[in-house]
Amino acid sequence: MPDYTLRIRRFNPESGDAAHWEDHTVEMQSHSSVLEAILEVKAKVDGSIGIRCSCRAAICGSCGVRINGRPGLACNTHLSEAAARGAEGEPITVEPMGNMPVIKDLIVDMDAVHWKKIRRVTPWLINREPVPEREYIVPHENMVDVTQSMACIQCGACVSDCLSMEVDPFFIGPAALAKAYRFVGDPRDAEPYERLKDLSEDEHGIYDCTHCFNCIDACPKGVAPMSQIMRLRRIAGTDYEIEDRNNGHRHEQAFVKNIKRNGILHEADLLPDSYGGKLHPRAAPELIESMPTVIKAMARGKVTPAKALLHQHKAPAEVKQIFKTIEGRPKRDELNLYVTGVEDAEERGALEHASGNGEPTPPSAVAAAPPKPAPPAPAAGKPPAPAPAAGKPPAPAAAKPPAPPAPPPAPAADKSPTFPAPERLESPPADSANTESESE
Amino acid sequence: MSAGGPTRPVESPRMPSHDVLVIGAGLAGQRAALAAASAGATVGIVSKVHPVRSHSVAAAGGINAALNPEDSWESHAFDTVKGSDYLGDQDAIEIMCREAPDEILYLEHIGVTFHRNETGHLGTRAFGGASQARTYYVADITGQAILHVLYEQLMKHHERLERYEEWFTTDLLRDEHGHCSGAICRNLRDGRLQVFDAKSVILASGGAGQAFKPTTNGLIVTGDGIAQAYRIGAKLMDMEMVQYHPTTLAENGFLITEGARGEGAWLLNAAGERFMEKYAPNKLDLASRDVVSRAEQTEINEGRGFPDGTVALDITKVPRKRTLEALREIVNIGRDFAGVDITREPIHIRPGMHYIMGGVKTDSFGQTNIPGLYAAGEVACVSVHGGNRLGANSLLDTLIFGRRSGEHAAARAKTMPMPTTPASKLADVEANIAAIISRPAGGRRIAAIKEELGTTMNRYCAVFRDAEGLAKAHEIVRRLKQEAPLAAIDDRGSVFNQDVIAAIELGYMLDVAEAILVGAQERKESRGAQFRTDFPKRNDDEWLKHIDIVVNGGDVPQVEYSPVTITRWQPEERTY
Repeated sequence: MPDYTLRIRRFNPESGDAAHWEDHTVEMQSHSSVLEAILEVKAKVDGSIGIRCSCRAAICGSCGVRINGRPGLACNTHLSEAAARGAEGEPITVEPMGNMPVIKDLIVDMDAVHWKKIRRVTPWLINREPVPEREYIVPHENMVDVTQSMACIQCGACVSDCLSMEVDPFFIGPAALAKAYRFVGDPRDAEPYERLKDLSEDEHGIYDCTHCFNCIDACPKGVAPMSQIMRLRRIAGTDYEIEDRNNGHRHEQAFVKNIKRNGILHEADLLPDSYGGKLHPRAAPELIESMPTVIKAMARGKVTPAKALLHQHKAPAEVKQIFKTIEGRPKRDELNLYVTGVEDAEERGALEHASGNGEPTPPSAVAAAPPKPAPPAPAAGKPPAPAPAAGKPPAPAAAKPPAPPAPPPAPAADKSPTFPAPERLESPPADSANTESESE
Repeated sequence: MSAGGPTRPVESPRMPSHDVLVIGAGLAGQRAALAAASAGATVGIVSKVHPVRSHSVAAAGGINAALNPEDSWESHAFDTVKGSDYLGDQDAIEIMCREAPDEILYLEHIGVTFHRNETGHLGTRAFGGASQARTYYVADITGQAILHVLYEQLMKHHERLERYEEWFTTDLLRDEHGHCSGAICRNLRDGRLQVFDAKSVILASGGAGQAFKPTTNGLIVTGDGIAQAYRIGAKLMDMEMVQYHPTTLAENGFLITEGARGEGAWLLNAAGERFMEKYAPNKLDLASRDVVSRAEQTEINEGRGFPDGTVALDITKVPRKRTLEALREIVNIGRDFAGVDITREPIHIRPGMHYIMGGVKTDSFGQTNIPGLYAAGEVACVSVHGGNRLGANSLLDTLIFGRRSGEHAAARAKTMPMPTTPASKLADVEANIAAIISRPAGGRRIAAIKEELGTTMNRYCAVFRDAEGLAKAHEIVRRLKQEAPLAAIDDRGSVFNQDVIAAIELGYMLDVAEAILVGAQERKESRGAQFRTDFPKRNDDEWLKHIDIVVNGGDVPQVEYSPVTITRWQPEERTY
């Protein structure tokens, strides 16, 4: 059996010492897991190494750590695979997950971050009335569809490496938003509109994600949180036509319009388009605010007035064809791990066992078009009135202030919300990354 | 206890008191807590891990209920009685099967994403030992889906339900009248010990799989509740009945769900023969688990298995699209832990320790012989599983008897004053833990003792047993019980001292292992999961009875018997 050296990040809050690395060498099979190696060290050398673990089979979600810089479960990361991530002969580094405070060694405070964010998204079903005597009759496809987000084991790997959360600790984040999709995508839920409105209007909500794909790479269960966030956006923006006060939806549309027209990104148009076009009253303050950046860019020759104003590039036929094909589809295709078009996948060979390097097949490669019906389209394109009905379960949505009229143009310089913020969106306490307050 | 961590609290160490204290937050515990809260009780729920890490999360295949109009609870009950090899108590089985459909609907209404059939109604799959397809499921993550949805409800009802996550229970308390009056728990986060006073206590802390190696059970499944109750005088029952699941991975003992065979997978020996035709000509691969495990072990022992001591499970018989949709988890397990694409090739499996049918003896309201102490789920023995549990009946057991315990415990609490615990009890436990932490170095390592226990149990107390092997195992366990209190620990701290917890858990596992061995030696017949090669026949004349085990204040297990309740199904020969 080969030798593997683990370089474990140790931290004992009672010692008064700073965190430090500690090396341990174990003799183990190459297909043994990093967790097995840590448990071997604990068993034979030092029982004080702290790591949460139970099932050893990637189902309980306890052993989220960073291995050679990548988040994941210690129990389903093979030693050989972990070793291959680093340079030849280098130890395998194991350290606690990021974005969460460390309690001891590899144990982080998930409650301070992860679970508070979960509680932020009203994480329970708000039953569509009337509740049937027997089961709700819902399409099989919908239940299979939400199984992907149900498959989340709350390990925190995606939270660990969420770049948006690093910049904005109040970002609701990948795991909690994937959880939100589990309700929005569930036909038995009564308040998908209210949920989407809430998550769109929150400046730390669905439009705070920057598409970095880290959560998709991190997730050991193929939940693909970013994909779930994008689905929330499409349902919110396209199906329910929710125009959020953060201009998230308009910003996204501006990208699409920009590419459709130019084939490449024309940044001078992007900003005004995100506010409804150059002539829209909302755009003016934004443009004025961005003038220092524009002037700096001009001074350094990164942009010229001619380039900015007279953009000549036109979208080539191939780009137009892509838009035509996608927009011409009768229904929107969504990626989903459980809903597999096996034949498609066969063609791509995506389900073949990982080619040599032991890498799990990326979930997006396994996914294919699911037969998911579009969510209930609001009648005549109008969003249903988010009237907080009496007698509903005590959900935040019910305590939410009535939806405001179209938000006034909010100058970005003035960050104070002109929108009556729901109570729980108030500034979180400065000493924690808490985004919510379940009063416990 | 040492100086204490930096987060040592200042408030009184006797703060928490609840009408109902639930220990363990898997399916049984969460269901009990929700039921007790709905009945108006104030509830505390304590768990040594975050609730969603509880081992219920690993239950894969589904949950049984006779919900279809063509099905009947009587049919479900008969299958369960037959599956139990007539050792199950039929009154309790009737209750469980009658109440099952409503429980499924409750789960559906609170949000469990059960998969549907083509008409949008709840879909079913076939499962072992069942005469109808009556297993409701969420892909192959049914336990996870239900556990997470129940946890959603705990979050929703947080005003009425105090959660104590990552608190380890060290001791159950009895007051001067002999009633269970609460528990002492250690906050893993800072090492603080706390008395939890309660009018009723519901144990829901699961089984004891870690007393065996390998096992499908998680590292947290260490028999805590069984041993805690046993130590304060509760009776244990059917402890000899240990289920070996027919399909576990050869190398590490991981579970391959019975749902695979439910969806159509076959068992094959090394020659490619569908050997179940010999052992269970009607039900084949879907006979009861004890029957299938024995068949596999016979094939292996008689040289028809693979050289690695396994037989094969051929999931390629299931349409690939269906496997990817409904058996996703085992696709991943095959890929990540065995390097096999189960949609393309058979996977090597063997019987592996999975579940203990026995546990703390209760009535159908979860009441133990200690007033105020309830038990539900795998920690308990009602007994609905008797000699052998049917697949997909364990989730049902946890939920039905979790709910019934919660309701009954809440009603009892209404009639009781809040007990108060003398401070000396806390001091005793503090002293015990301080003694563990300050043990001198030199003894064997805890992990070494646990390893010897696990391999011993798996060698002598598995699918086939005999007097000689069981006696040998018992002797070893007695020796380990001497060694365990001397085992040194490395961690002297207060924050997440997992070493001290492991030392306490080792003691629990040894107690449970001894009770299992005493029961297995006592039962001189073969019934359900207990197959004695020296007594290969079922013997209803002498052994159609439960074996109860109790320690009356001492350390030596005493054996008692109690009758099996038979309502309408007289014992018959059992064939599949």
